[in-house]
Amino acid sequence: MTETVYVQLLDLTCGALLLTAVLILWRRDLSVIVRVFALQGAALTALVAVLAAHERSGELWVIAAGVLALRAGLLPYLLRRTLAAAGEPQREARPLVNVAASLLAAAVLTFLAHAVSRPLVTLAPSPAAQAIPIAVTVVLIGFFVLVTRRHAVSQVVGFLLMDNGITALGLLTTTGVGLVVEVGVSLDVLLAVLVLQILAVRIRETFGDTDLDDLRELRD
Amino acid sequence: MTILLLPLLVPLLGAAGYAVFGWRRATVWLGTASASVMLASSIAIAAGDLPRTASAGLVRVDALSAFMLLVIGAVGLLATAASPAHLRTEIAAGRASTRTAARHSLLVQLFLAAMTLAVTAADLGVLWVAIEATTIVTAFLVGQRRTRAAVEAAWKYVVICSAGIALALMGTIVLNHASVHSGHEAGLDLAGLAAAASGLDPAVTRIAVVLLLLGFGTKAGLAPLHAWLPDAHSQAPAPVSALMSGVLLSVAFYAILRVKVIADVALGTGFTRAVLVVMALASLAIAASLLLGIRDYKRMLAYSSIEHLGLVALGAAIGTPLALAAALLHVAGHGLAKGVLFLGSGRILQATGTSRIDGVRGLLASRPALAGSFGAGVLALIGLPPFSLFASELGIARAGFAAGMGWFTAAAFALVLVIAAALVTRTSRMLLGPPQEPATGSVPMTLVAGLAVCAALGVAIGPLSPLLHDAASLLVVTR
Repeated sequence: MTETVYVQLLDLTCGALLLTAVLILWRRDLSVIVRVFALQGAALTALVAVLAAHERSGELWVIAAGVLALRAGLLPYLLRRTLAAAGEPQREARPLVNVAASLLAAAVLTFLAHAVSRPLVTLAPSPAAQAIPIAVTVVLIGFFVLVTRRHAVSQVVGFLLMDNGITALGLLTTTGVGLVVEVGVSLDVLLAVLVLQILAVRIRETFGDTDLDDLRELRD
Repeated sequence: MTILLLPLLVPLLGAAGYAVFGWRRATVWLGTASASVMLASSIAIAAGDLPRTASAGLVRVDALSAFMLLVIGAVGLLATAASPAHLRTEIAAGRASTRTAARHSLLVQLFLAAMTLAVTAADLGVLWVAIEATTIVTAFLVGQRRTRAAVEAAWKYVVICSAGIALALMGTIVLNHASVHSGHEAGLDLAGLAAAASGLDPAVTRIAVVLLLLGFGTKAGLAPLHAWLPDAHSQAPAPVSALMSGVLLSVAFYAILRVKVIADVALGTGFTRAVLVVMALASLAIAASLLLGIRDYKRMLAYSSIEHLGLVALGAAIGTPLALAAALLHVAGHGLAKGVLFLGSGRILQATGTSRIDGVRGLLASRPALAGSFGAGVLALIGLPPFSLFASELGIARAGFAAGMGWFTAAAFALVLVIAAALVTRTSRMLLGPPQEPATGSVPMTLVAGLAVCAALGVAIGPLSPLLHDAASLLVVTR
């Protein structure tokens, strides 16, 4: 792979990562959100594959396979199952911030990410490092989804967006943080989602809904 | 096999025991036995030569780790010793089944193992994984009762803590980036990073440190991401609240201390000091303002944990050997006192059926032994002698004024006074007055033992003194 093709593919996959994050912010139909999230998992896999092909690293190919299985396969499947168990089509009814304002916020977050991650880029200005701000943007958009959405599944997707962004950051900065830690991190994410899924089911059993606006038992 | 792995393997074996045999007569005391072995092996480790490594350098125990192992062992023993009685009462009242009891005991053992892994990990990445694992294990313990409030608390707990800990992961990755480009081979090894920290790029390290302090600060219950703590600690079963409040918070703070050493070398001591002082004072202010209107005694104890972690953060911010030794002693004293109080509050809840402060009256007349130990626990918590929190708060205050941080220290202790007043008035309302029922109840031996150790630590630190000294000197950076 020539250097130009590598940079172009890198930009393409990172662009897809950012685009899917913004799409999640835009759509309110939860089954669409989960589908877009699976697409983002595929984009992340493509990013890892591009890096793996460029560095000719077997470890990165293993990570790519793991990312594909977990983030484009297993996690969307778990989310779909939670949605299916809830019955009728679920929508994010009343986000705290409406869609137009959310998209504006995403623009602001993109600028913020570029400003914040400048030292990271200047430390080692490689083509991969140039894409770091995009990974940081995805993390920030994920955090934004997490705090402004009121539906259990949207909150989980927000958490997973953050995690996708962090994984991308880890791969773009250096080649990850070592396979042991990478496996541990993926396992933790999987477990956290399983826990959240079980809790979402329990919320529905006890509250009759997965809209978290009903969670106001505990306060001072 | 080296003794370093014993505190990690024993609770894993305990968990396997509960998984295979369930909750039956033979396994009731298995958890307590496992915690005793953990404590005994921790004492043996602390008494031996330190630092030591095992498992190809993945496990590393220095004085600070050994001290944290002792705290985990002691509070773990306290909580697991009180668990059988707690679970028996829950089963008798129909709020739990033997399956719940077996699952509870299994998860508590895994919880202890995860905390042990966190304080003995040689690598920041493994430390992160262990702390995230505690969130996952305890989520089910918080939601154990399956009431609306318990499920809500568990949801908030997992969402806020996972998001916070994700920030810490991002910080870890950024620090790794700085480490790889510093020309050293340290990677994420804590000792290696601390040694090579002067070569880290300051701008990148600053981003990493802010993310790590915020992220681990979430798990330590420090502001601004503390909102999960009062809910989770008040809804969890009493032995779990004791462990979460008594040790889990300080295990998360242990991670902050490790980051602080690296940051102090790379950035100078001013940076982490500023961040930690802000977090400490914000936590104290939040705890004080919310305690003034508190109506639930388990939430009262939870807010008091935010206060005490704020004090520990203040001690770490001051950063002199005296301040750090006092902060570590505070961790131990708070762990014991808060463990006793949460266990006592669990008993009060089981006896009265309400966790509202105005639902409990005249406890001193109806249940003198329980009320006596609860009252003594609160006195320990507000820092009265002979309990060790008196000595440690005094140490933090003295160090603060000596280090030229008098204004911050004065502000912090003014808030501590407000909190003490709130705690005493609420507790006296519960304890004093005419009894609601005839006097009953036996002497709760675990609670008395916990308070006795806390008082003994306050009178004489004794053999702990060299360990505390070594641990504090590990954390002091002279530059």
